[in-house]
Amino acid sequence: MIPAPFDYEVAESCEHAVELLGDRQDAKLLAGGHSLIPLLRLRSVRPAVLVDLGRLESLRYVRDVGGQLAIGALTRHHDLQHDPLLQEHCPLVSYAAGVIGDPQVRHRGTIGGSLAHGDPASDLSAVCVALDAEFLVQGSHGKRTVAADDFFRGAFETDLGPQDVLTEVRVPKLGDAGWSYVRLTRRAQDWATVGVAAVVRASNGAAIALTNMAPVPVRARTAEQALQTRDDVRSAAEAVAAESDPPSDTKGSAEYRRHLAAVLARRALEEALPP
Amino acid sequence: LATITADVTLGRFVGSPVGRKEDAALLTGQAVYVDDISLPGMLWMALVRSPSAHARIAAVDVSGALAHREVIAAFSGEHLLDEWQASLPCAWLPTQDTKQPNHWPLTVDEARYVGDGVAVVVAKTREGARDAAELVRVEYEPLPAVVDPEAALADGAPLVHKEFGTNRCYTWSLSAGQVEEEFARAEVIVKERYRQQRLIPNAIEPRGVIVQPVPATGELTMWSSTQIPHIARVTLSMMMGIPETKLRVIAPQVGGGFGSKLNVYAEEALALALARRLGRPIKWIETRTEGYLATTHGRDVVQQIELAATSEARIRAVRARLTLGLGAYLQLITAGVPLFGAWLYGGAYDIAAYDFECSGVFTNATPSDSYRGAGRPEATYAIERAVDALARKVGKDPVQVRRLNFIAEFPANLVTGLTIDSGDYHAHLDAAVEMLGYEELRRQQAERRKRGDATELGVGLSTYIEMCGVAPSRMLGALGFESGGWEAATIRFLPTGTVQVLVGTSPHGQSHATTFSQIVADRLGVAYDDVEVVHGDTTATPLGLDTYGSRGLTVGGIAVYHAAERIIEKARRIAAHHLQVDEAQLHYEDGIFSANGRTLTTKEVALQAWAAHDLPDEMEPGLEATYVFDPENFSWPAGTHIAVVEVDTETGEIDLVRYVAVDDVGTVINPAVVEGQVHGGVTQGIGQALFEEAVYDEDGDLVTGSMASYMVPSAAELPSFELGQTATSSPSNPLGVKGVGETGTIAATPAVINAVVDALSPYGVTNLEMPATPERVWRAMAATRG
Repeated sequence: MIPAPFDYEVAESCEHAVELLGDRQDAKLLAGGHSLIPLLRLRSVRPAVLVDLGRLESLRYVRDVGGQLAIGALTRHHDLQHDPLLQEHCPLVSYAAGVIGDPQVRHRGTIGGSLAHGDPASDLSAVCVALDAEFLVQGSHGKRTVAADDFFRGAFETDLGPQDVLTEVRVPKLGDAGWSYVRLTRRAQDWATVGVAAVVRASNGAAIALTNMAPVPVRARTAEQALQTRDDVRSAAEAVAAESDPPSDTKGSAEYRRHLAAVLARRALEEALPP
Repeated sequence: LATITADVTLGRFVGSPVGRKEDAALLTGQAVYVDDISLPGMLWMALVRSPSAHARIAAVDVSGALAHREVIAAFSGEHLLDEWQASLPCAWLPTQDTKQPNHWPLTVDEARYVGDGVAVVVAKTREGARDAAELVRVEYEPLPAVVDPEAALADGAPLVHKEFGTNRCYTWSLSAGQVEEEFARAEVIVKERYRQQRLIPNAIEPRGVIVQPVPATGELTMWSSTQIPHIARVTLSMMMGIPETKLRVIAPQVGGGFGSKLNVYAEEALALALARRLGRPIKWIETRTEGYLATTHGRDVVQQIELAATSEARIRAVRARLTLGLGAYLQLITAGVPLFGAWLYGGAYDIAAYDFECSGVFTNATPSDSYRGAGRPEATYAIERAVDALARKVGKDPVQVRRLNFIAEFPANLVTGLTIDSGDYHAHLDAAVEMLGYEELRRQQAERRKRGDATELGVGLSTYIEMCGVAPSRMLGALGFESGGWEAATIRFLPTGTVQVLVGTSPHGQSHATTFSQIVADRLGVAYDDVEVVHGDTTATPLGLDTYGSRGLTVGGIAVYHAAERIIEKARRIAAHHLQVDEAQLHYEDGIFSANGRTLTTKEVALQAWAAHDLPDEMEPGLEATYVFDPENFSWPAGTHIAVVEVDTETGEIDLVRYVAVDDVGTVINPAVVEGQVHGGVTQGIGQALFEEAVYDEDGDLVTGSMASYMVPSAAELPSFELGQTATSSPSNPLGVKGVGETGTIAATPAVINAVVDALSPYGVTNLEMPATPERVWRAMAATRG
């Protein structure tokens, strides 16, 4: 319960954070700390230096930037849950943020921290993939934009390099598109055993992404293509696990997760589809 | 509601939900736990623990740790062997031939479970001790491990202690009546196999210990987060060769135990040894990870139960066979735990013959020991599940089958020789059925089934009985338990009229300060706030036997009551002397002696007794009395709990939608405290049914070693409990009380699983392994579909 020794630096700005990271391979960024601090205390990770982003209030915002909403990486889950812009234009993010952990977790945990951690059980990761969100990354060579679907590389592995800071998430305005996020947790505060995020647009078809069904949040493209009309919901849901590679652990075997994904996908699509 | 009220009324406090005395300090952070204590010159201890479930220890090199700048000392198990005069205490060997392995605070030859202590480091800071522990180099030579108790009994299984040539620790049995004959003539036989998964107690406060030595006098004071300061003193004194007079054990505020702190641990012995050796205070605080690995676990029993019944479902005989996973060593009462439940596999039912046998088996797992209910939840689960299986087999309603078989005459002499002193099982079953609206739920269930609802409804009962209080001493002696079952209390009236109550019980959440104050305030006629309960300090209190097994009130509280009677007895003589009347002429009520229109209060008598200026001839000064109570019988609470579940037949999710509990715990001293005990107990029982399991992989690694993976339920997973009460006064004690600390845990688990099985009965499901996870529900349904 006591971390191994580490150095501690406070970032005054994004640029300063990038500078502090320098060329050290063994540095870690600290945001809300809800993933990193337990790992430190268990000594599962032993960074030489922690760069604390926690005081960067400038990264805590939700803004309307035209067709999209821009979310600062340090915006807390509780803020996402209650933000009026998100509630109006992208309620999927608000809803999903509201089911994460418990109130204490939601008041500390941040969207950027959750995404950058790359946990396949993260609710917001699948939601961002379903939304085709874009991630803004600042590194030593300037800024770049990464599509959500390209961001996640493996379990706890992302596109972020050792000097990169995730600064902003851009999500689309959903307009009259239907949406849903359905998940099963053993206890209220647990990570999802399986989750299904669905966005159904009248013009543009469906987007379905799965939580904890592979080392990364995955798009269920076979199922998306199978869904043409409301009558296809059942068959599309059956196809949802096609591209998945679910884990087996104490919360469920891979076989059970595949079954569960189909059930939850059907429920998500029924909820997301316009009546 | 059919509520029977006990006939005991003491005064205005007993029976009233007065506010808990404990809460203000707890809620404002002023209560002192072990980790709040810091002493000058204090050093920190950290253990090096085996990462392997079974390995020969080829070498331990502490030189790396000794080189750390904050380290004062570091030792292997070998280095410290001469500190111990005996193994860590084991107070219960159920049979003459029970195999008791050596159990040193640090192992020397082999590591036998993940978490077994191998070396210890002492440093100036907590962080330094933790860092330096990583610098100890241990060479482990892996050995094959076995964690499943049945696999451990198989031929060729890896041996946990090779010197025994077997993993079987003991086999103990109990038989009464004509068992073979009853089974031979039975019209219906139910044969079931159940598994009690391993559980981890998870007290919110981890264990911790501080030892302060006074080298000049040889005195050692140990603060420990323990349920048993008195038993710790006597056993550690013997183990360590410390004169009992020189060892003081203090249990300060203790944040829960659930049986896991009813033990004497390696870390206590190590802290004493190192304090004695180094002459400086030693502190150790358990990490949560260590709490999962190195604090005792519970349950881990494979059960086979058979009922012999008539075609009408009248049960005639019960046969039970148990295989227990003891883990790697015998802790304080590891081997004896099933004996607490050995008489209860017949449940609340009137049977003619009974046969019980249990075998304890060593495995490469954390030692198991008592966990809330200890032996009785296991027994209750088996019989309550089997009674439902019998009801299904004969096509009768489970309520009806229970009514048909209930013990109805009290006192009830069981075929096994024990006597249940009081009860009315029909009363609490009727009350619970009415509170629930049982018939209406059965109607809704039928309706859902008819319309093919994907969410099934299930109703499950548990009509439990319990024997608790742990005593009487003679009975414990006959069972091979090394201690007695009595309890002591001293009441001391101070000159200003306030009252100290010094007790041998050692509460850790049970509200003894509150409930004992209620009893004393009523009997002595003093204000509730003028009573102060002192506990958990072997120097301050009378010799006691601590807190576990629902004995606090039924044994300790009765000692308090009797001590108060002794105070009144002496006060009466003093009052008679001062009022110049015969004792027989004195009337006593609510702290006031009166005769002929003159009065004297107990407070006034107390001052007279202290001043001693005018006492009856040959009377000792002072107003103080001690009573040691040894009960004549166990305490026999009982009740009916009913769970209602909804099962999502697509995902396998179980939603516990209602929970009704009607308990008969005799006289209630404080209804709020009783409700709290029932809420906590029921929650732990539900935890076993639906959430909790210590999972080991085949290598003996604990997979569920954190709060994220070991699933203790939270309030969000639970419905609002609906509580009711019936009361039959216990004739075994003057207050008519019965134990309540474990009832909920004992009752809840079978009620919940019976409800789940009931919900899934249309699918042919008859059993579910615990915890009944969504996946297990899904698999059980898939299996019966073919």
